[in-house]
Amino acid sequence: MGNAKQQKLIGNLSVNGGLFLLCLIWTIPVIGLFFSSFRDRLDIQTTGWWTIFPHQTWNKVAEIDPRETGLDPDGVMEVRGVQGTFKEMREGITSPDGTTQVIWIGNKRIGWIEVQEYIWTGGSWDFTLDNYNQVLGGKEFEYTNDDGTVEVIPGDNFWGSLLNSLAVAVPATVIPILIAAFAAYSFAWMTFPGRQWLFVIVVALLVVPIQIALVPVLTDYTRLGLNGTFLGVWLAHAGFGLPLATYLLYNYIRELPREMLESAFIDGASHFTVFTRLVLPLSVPALASFAIFQFLWVWNDYLIALIILGGNRDTMVVTMRLANMVGSRGNDWHLLTAGAFVTMILPLAVFLSLQRYFVRGIMAGSVKG
Amino acid sequence: MQTDVKDKQFAKSFDPMQFMMGLLLLSGVLVFLVGGFVFLRDATTSKWVITPVAIVWGVGGAGLIFWSMNWIVEQFNDKWVARLQPLVFVGPALLFLFWYLAVPSIRSFGMSLYGRDGITFVGLANYADVFTNRLMLEAFRNNLIWIFYGTFFSVVFGLLIAVLADRSKAERLSKALIFLPMAISFVGAGVIWKFIYEVRPAGDPQIGLLNALVSTLGADPRAWYVWPEIIPWNNLFLVVIMVWMQTGYAMVIFSAAIKGIPTEIIEAARVDGATEITIFFKIIIPSIQGTIIAVTTTIVIFALKIFDVVWVMTGGQFGTEVIATAFYRQSFVARNAGLGSATAVVLLVTVIPVMIYNLRQFGPKEETF
Repeated sequence: MGNAKQQKLIGNLSVNGGLFLLCLIWTIPVIGLFFSSFRDRLDIQTTGWWTIFPHQTWNKVAEIDPRETGLDPDGVMEVRGVQGTFKEMREGITSPDGTTQVIWIGNKRIGWIEVQEYIWTGGSWDFTLDNYNQVLGGKEFEYTNDDGTVEVIPGDNFWGSLLNSLAVAVPATVIPILIAAFAAYSFAWMTFPGRQWLFVIVVALLVVPIQIALVPVLTDYTRLGLNGTFLGVWLAHAGFGLPLATYLLYNYIRELPREMLESAFIDGASHFTVFTRLVLPLSVPALASFAIFQFLWVWNDYLIALIILGGNRDTMVVTMRLANMVGSRGNDWHLLTAGAFVTMILPLAVFLSLQRYFVRGIMAGSVKG
Repeated sequence: MQTDVKDKQFAKSFDPMQFMMGLLLLSGVLVFLVGGFVFLRDATTSKWVITPVAIVWGVGGAGLIFWSMNWIVEQFNDKWVARLQPLVFVGPALLFLFWYLAVPSIRSFGMSLYGRDGITFVGLANYADVFTNRLMLEAFRNNLIWIFYGTFFSVVFGLLIAVLADRSKAERLSKALIFLPMAISFVGAGVIWKFIYEVRPAGDPQIGLLNALVSTLGADPRAWYVWPEIIPWNNLFLVVIMVWMQTGYAMVIFSAAIKGIPTEIIEAARVDGATEITIFFKIIIPSIQGTIIAVTTTIVIFALKIFDVVWVMTGGQFGTEVIATAFYRQSFVARNAGLGSATAVVLLVTVIPVMIYNLRQFGPKEETF
């Protein structure tokens, strides 16, 4: 009996231990980004973000001038119980117990010896909001470098891009849902010629890759003057999201109780009334799930925005702004991390507050083309 | 019953007052649509004004179009309402499906038969090019890497985490953490992982997590995903990003499926002395086989169309080109619409088996149509 208990304990430990390890691996990338986005420009360039936590590191405890202490750089020197030649000391010598390190700094003639000890430091928590101020604002930002020169870098105007993303994502979510809900209702509750064939087309289009449509759509847009407009992006997302929206909403609306709808018709209600007063309110769970999926899809989309909105600075959405930043200032990690986090705030908030709908939406929406 | 019929007839009879009101409303709708379009096109005011106007115009406009089309149709007598109303409901959806997906597929195929200028007929030359061009062959090879390794690890980790979480008390939290990356855009995820892969010369403190780990273990730091010596396996460092994001999707679906396995079966196996590993391979895997196939298919399609992450991380350089980046490069950078369309058609043809499967699985059911 004792053996079985022990086995259960070991099983429990390995389950939770394994799960903890996997969760840690999955979370660390985001944690690293989050902390880095608050770190100072120079800190982020010179030390890893994990050094904000208490850790052991080599700290200088003494500086020795070899000429004053009478050490001979050409022979074997002994400092704090560590012996070595000049060449070895240039590389750094660690004492046998691993707590002290002796390094020769500079050249043979005028250099000096540094003694370092491996000690705990409390980490550095001096966080700043400067990175966010710079990526969010459109103003210019001034830096004073170590050598005294002043650098002027334009802000990235993420506020403007956030508003653009919102202006793109809200209608690009509502329009396809509205169109799809009408269509789903008609497939489920109306009779008209070709209904079955049209539904076959909807299902067939579920997995069509949008790449196939981009060039022809862009040609039409050029002709219609829709290139670079929000309207163009809304309609494109509506078109590409429609098969899935129609299919999902059809599955839901079809299952609504037949008696309820029929009694409404007997009372003289028109299809339009039944749809707006009865079917839409009853379909809120399905509408919400798809809405979250579509909203995040549009918010996170890069390809369609890139092709239709192009490089216009005024209409740039957050994903494009961030991608441009990767291209133009790939080493300004203080800005890239802050910018990346700005693009993630809204999706993460949606995820954390509406997790149930979110999961349902993603699960249902996974077949999108 | 009597009064119902009377009401119905009354409502259908012509009322000039109501008709005039309707026309007035219709012209209001027209003014709203046109005025909003002109305002948004020419507006130079603050984004804080334009954004709400755009959202109200886009969302409201879509609703108003449906409402007014329906109003017009309901002015006809019952027989015509029954004929025309389905058109109002399903018409816009069909317009979008045909304009954005069905017709462009055919147009792209047409364009793929023409040369760079879109005028010279070249027959299947573009397809010959697609299958012999060095860069395209590289793209096919890389997509195979994405499809195989990306799908394999997403499914394996998803399954592993689903099984572990099912036995843990921290199920909700751990599932939320694994699922979280799904809320992030590929551009944002690209920045996160670029930061993890960041490399500094050997000897300098590493600010990228992976190289810091590698340096601590005594190996040389590398520019992992642009490491030329290991091409094509540097692609795996990009595939990691997809696995990081898609595992959550696989996990939630597997988790739901595992919860559907009757507990009695598993308990009975335990009583019979089966180990957890036997239960996993002999009971859990066979029970959720269908789900595993569905998830695998979905992730394979996802991997086939991978674009954002490659475009942002490497731009397809360093041997990381994939089909979607090649398509983008040909269609929008090199402006060779013929070759680009041929690439898109190849992409479409590869998903046709899935399309057929979907039609068999989710197409119109006899009893509802």
